[in-house]
Amino acid sequence: MKYQVRVRVMPRGGLLDPQGQAVEHALGALGFAGADEVRIGRAIELALDAGSSDEAEKLARAMCDRLLANPVTEDYELAVEGR
Amino acid sequence: MLRVAVVRFPGSNCDEDAYRAVQLAGAEAHYVWHRDPSLDGADVALLPGGFSYGDYLRAGAIARFSPVMAAVQKHADAGGVVIGICNGFQILCEAHLLPGALMRNDRLTFVSRPVACIVEQTDTPLTCALRQGARVSLPVAHGDGRYVADPATLAELESEGRVVLRYAGGANPNGSLNDIAGISNAARNVVGIMPHPERAIERLLGNSDGADFFTSIMRWPAERMPADALATSDQTRP
Repeated sequence: MKYQVRVRVMPRGGLLDPQGQAVEHALGALGFAGADEVRIGRAIELALDAGSSDEAEKLARAMCDRLLANPVTEDYELAVEGR
Repeated sequence: MLRVAVVRFPGSNCDEDAYRAVQLAGAEAHYVWHRDPSLDGADVALLPGGFSYGDYLRAGAIARFSPVMAAVQKHADAGGVVIGICNGFQILCEAHLLPGALMRNDRLTFVSRPVACIVEQTDTPLTCALRQGARVSLPVAHGDGRYVADPATLAELESEGRVVLRYAGGANPNGSLNDIAGISNAARNVVGIMPHPERAIERLLGNSDGADFFTSIMRWPAERMPADALATSDQTRP
């Protein structure tokens, strides 16, 4: 069965996120004074063949641990759904 | 003669400079393609600078799974010398041959200029011909050079004397923690640095401070440099 996997990778809390800071400043310059704590990560989507939703999640987690996220600097969240 | 494999990835762009620097230091250099399964009998694996795989996903993240990296990993595990410069350093971190990671520079600019660095450790194959505490000027050229590691790893690097090269006071170009410009593994056979000594080897071009880094590779004791033990068996593969 095909599963749709959505991965959200974010810089770990506490680590400097210069992209987020720059965008926050830009938002301020545009007049969006209330916006803060801007952080920028990455979204990855993929279609995955797997026998079950559990297996799909396990495979996706292995992909994140090995390649899609850097365990030193990033955290990730997974969403798996049948399609 | 000492044999140095310069590993080329798609997007490497300091490979020819590294090759030439190795030859000028008196060693033999040969190129190894990222799809090659072996280092072709090299004593030293040198991962040069560049933008392997376009820095897609993260700098070094995809190159780290190239076929040649299995040979680099085995070479390192056997105690063989592995050097990473700039993108090579990023690849070694992604491959977990060195701890920590290199993130986007703190001021979001690509920095390309000479930076003052201090040689912190000389018990490594990349710095043994230098004087401890020496101040050298080396070019940097990177957008992702901010070295980060968790506090425990940083403390370990410092207490074990594994910070090999440090940006001089006030010269940190990227926000690296502890001004770290280069580190080694615990066994000291794997070294990664962000600055480019291979771009500073000719007095005629204004700076030869990098030459001693390549002389160091030549001077590293032979007994601390086991050659690519797997080359023969790898070469017989179909």
